[in-house]
Amino acid sequence: MCGTCGCGSEESGVRILKPGEGHSHDHPHSHHPHDHHHHDHLHHDHGHAHEHHHHGHSHTHGEAAATLAPNRKVIEVEQDVLRHNDLMAARNRGYFEARNILALNLVSSPGSGKTALLERTLADLKGKIPFYVIEGDQQTLNDANRIAALDVPVRQINTGKGCHLESDMVYEAVKQLDPKPDSVLMIENVGNLVCPSMFDLGEQNRVVIISVTEGEDKPIKYPDMFHTAAVCIINKTDLLPYLTFDLQRLKDYALQVNPALRFFEVSALKGDGMDAWYDWLREQLPGQVSNKS
Amino acid sequence: MHELSIAMGIVKIAEDETRKARASKVEVIELEIGTLAGIEFDALEFVWPAAVKGTVLEAAEKRIDVIPGKAQCMDCDTPFDVTRLYDACPTCHSNLKAIVQGKELRVKALEVV
Repeated sequence: MCGTCGCGSEESGVRILKPGEGHSHDHPHSHHPHDHHHHDHLHHDHGHAHEHHHHGHSHTHGEAAATLAPNRKVIEVEQDVLRHNDLMAARNRGYFEARNILALNLVSSPGSGKTALLERTLADLKGKIPFYVIEGDQQTLNDANRIAALDVPVRQINTGKGCHLESDMVYEAVKQLDPKPDSVLMIENVGNLVCPSMFDLGEQNRVVIISVTEGEDKPIKYPDMFHTAAVCIINKTDLLPYLTFDLQRLKDYALQVNPALRFFEVSALKGDGMDAWYDWLREQLPGQVSNKS
Repeated sequence: MHELSIAMGIVKIAEDETRKARASKVEVIELEIGTLAGIEFDALEFVWPAAVKGTVLEAAEKRIDVIPGKAQCMDCDTPFDVTRLYDACPTCHSNLKAIVQGKELRVKALEVV
């Protein structure tokens, strides 16, 4: 259905999986008014979208939409479309605060090294800090298996065709994980620099990861994600000698979008720069204060 | 392409409200969407027919009130229009700003029968 990331077709059932076990049949999504034969409706009305402020697309096909039926009624709804997600995110946030859990939402394009960064972080710190991990991918248990290999409790959310995690999925996964108080929950979102930015999961902070093999102008190409993040981890710095990547330019762009962004330059593969990131993590731990209002 | 999730969220709200009002279908749905809300209007149009098929919104006319982005500079207090999240203050060129409007993503009203 979606040419960009394929989300939202008939196979979009969400599943939460535990490495080494069969499928748990959790389907946290309740809103599935999907029709499975929508291909005949994919007319894409190019050309209408941006030029005017009111673009009502009538689908009444010939019916006079303005005709007032006698039983017609106006409901002043005034409801945020993301209210359900925001409510469930608030519920998650309350749970995390009550248990003094630091929850971080790791976001990036696919291939920036989110999982490698997590692996290195867990391997180095798991003796000192109790970690829990939620992995988000459209398909496979691959990432959860990598985390499970480090003996860290993990759940994999397979979003099917979905291109981002939503707070109700995290809610279900957290219930299964039952994280101990004073721990850290790492939520690795689906690799996608666009869609996850709109969906609050209840995290204290969002951490955006970018690797030096990507373009320096990504922060202004995909500003929403950088706007909502507190931390930007620049990964794969060990490759810098082989690239023409301008680190300062990347930072300047990112700061244009979000002047409060904090940077860490690391190589998750070689371990360079990881200590500063660990220090930041530890600073967030005792009596964490939520950055969200 | 999170617009499908968004469209389904809109459908859910419309279904709930229509049921509460003991109506059978929506004739007109009014949405408020800010230009900084992260919604690609083309993408929303693209997913809309699939999302509303078989729901109370199937035959509804969709009216979108597009809310332009506005911000206030946190350094010099200048209010200014924002088309991109990284637009700087036109007066002092600071990037520190508070978004005043443009993040809206709301079902404003429904006309049901």
